Amino acid sequence: MTDIRVKDLHHVYPGGVAALQGISLEIRSGEQVGIVGQNGAGKTTLVKHFNGLLQPTRGEVWVDELDTRKVSVAKLAARVGYVFQNPDEQLFCKTVGEEVAFGPRNLGFAPEKAEALCKEALELTEIGDRAGANPYDLSPTWRKMVALASILSMDTPVVIFDEPTTGQDPASVARIARVVAALRAKGKTVITITHDIDFCAENFARVIALSQGRVLLDGPAAEVLGQAETLAQTYVEPPQLTRLGQRLGLKRTILTQEDLLAELGKKQ
Amino acid sequence: MSIVELRNVTYQYPFSERPALEGIDLRIDEGEFVAVIGPNGAGKSSLCYTVSGFIPHFFKGELQGSVVVGGVETRQSTLAECVRRAGLAFQNPFNQISGAKYTVFEEIAFGLENLGVPREEMRARVERMLERAGIADLAGRSPYALSGGQQQRVALASILVMEPQVLVLDEPTSQMDPIGTREVFGMIKELAGRGLTVLMVEHKVEWVAAFADRVVALDGGHVIAQGRPEEVLTDPLLAERNFGLSRYTLAARAALQAGLWPAGRRLPVTLEEAVEGFKAAAA
Repeated sequence: MTDIRVKDLHHVYPGGVAALQGISLEIRSGEQVGIVGQNGAGKTTLVKHFNGLLQPTRGEVWVDELDTRKVSVAKLAARVGYVFQNPDEQLFCKTVGEEVAFGPRNLGFAPEKAEALCKEALELTEIGDRAGANPYDLSPTWRKMVALASILSMDTPVVIFDEPTTGQDPASVARIARVVAALRAKGKTVITITHDIDFCAENFARVIALSQGRVLLDGPAAEVLGQAETLAQTYVEPPQLTRLGQRLGLKRTILTQEDLLAELGKKQ
Repeated sequence: MSIVELRNVTYQYPFSERPALEGIDLRIDEGEFVAVIGPNGAGKSSLCYTVSGFIPHFFKGELQGSVVVGGVETRQSTLAECVRRAGLAFQNPFNQISGAKYTVFEEIAFGLENLGVPREEMRARVERMLERAGIADLAGRSPYALSGGQQQRVALASILVMEPQVLVLDEPTSQMDPIGTREVFGMIKELAGRGLTVLMVEHKVEWVAAFADRVVALDGGHVIAQGRPEEVLTDPLLAERNFGLSRYTLAARAALQAGLWPAGRRLPVTLEEAVEGFKAAAA
């Protein structure tokens, strides 16, 4: 069980850019949260506070009983896993297998447990057959999967994905959706930053929209993603099918193909 | 008149087991906006490198066939000459930013410096470009202290400012917010309307459908379909081969099965077509 509590969080980068300007929110254990908002809204800055990579300029962030201002990043690493937006900033081992094994070994897991976690992570991301390869010999698509696997193998109660679908083809996006579903089934908290608003609608129950360092909207996906005018303030448009549903005059906010067919079926 | 002409082009990277591109024939007319779609590993980036001359000048390996850009065979030119005709914005902006400059302004001026453009002209062109790309407010920031989407705008601007004849873009909006994506597509469309030729790799088919003049579908190093967006993006072959289709196309295909889309009507690729079709089905 891991809850994240953010209280009046401000972050000013050296040089004076005020990336976060008073964020308060709570993410409960097991929640599936999508974070959306324009480039520079503060999405990555916010989540980097959840594992202590960044420290509040003002305000506080708690992960359960841990005050992120007081505990080390190493300690938080056992609770909160963070998959970087750019895998090239994350990967450093000579082989995929070593990369995925590094996290659990670093957390001090028993060898049998670490091995089982690595195997599961490699299977879930479908890179089991590439364990001997150098991550930098893989295409960007598969390197992203290595970045995912090396965090999944740490078995943290909270997993954060920063733009997981960037540059991925549909088969790969579907694979990432399966990873999210598997984590959901295990009761883990999944927090995902994404510009892929259709992916967001299909995979996350709660959506937080940030704008210029503040929370613009926060609530169930169907409530947040239907608000075209407010979302436009942070350069986000409702999902394709939500817009279609609105144009067809459907009352319910459409998030998925199933929603759309069910509503249209009712009308006939 | 075609400004890009590939004839029977096959290319294989050093040490790889199969060609990345195989028997590609492709002609692009001046002012045309061509989008390239396909799964990861289809050869999309290799096509970008080929048109911009990075293949064969930077990437070694074996290039067969003929690649003519702006009337000149790329093999007969230097890389510096090639990129002046066809400028490439990289897939990952981190890889493109020079690392030699402290501000966005200087980064965008970097290419013009190399071309020996006079100082006053350079300043004016960079300022115009900053405005045009919607990044004037970032001019004094470090190119590295930006979000991914902002870096992509800088990467795009730093190519466009050199005024290439052909603009080659490898997923230029992959890290951009949705409305930012719309703005960039709009800007590129407008430039194409004024004579710039554009070759763009893009997974976001919804935008491709709305903006591109022609779509080229690549798979396994081959062109498997090309034509108007509405023809190519509804081609059943693409669905079979795991191409991305817009949510409108996918929803209408499922609706057709459920009797909620008019039988015999072409599947939609854009929001407008979807609205019309579903309204017709309900009527």
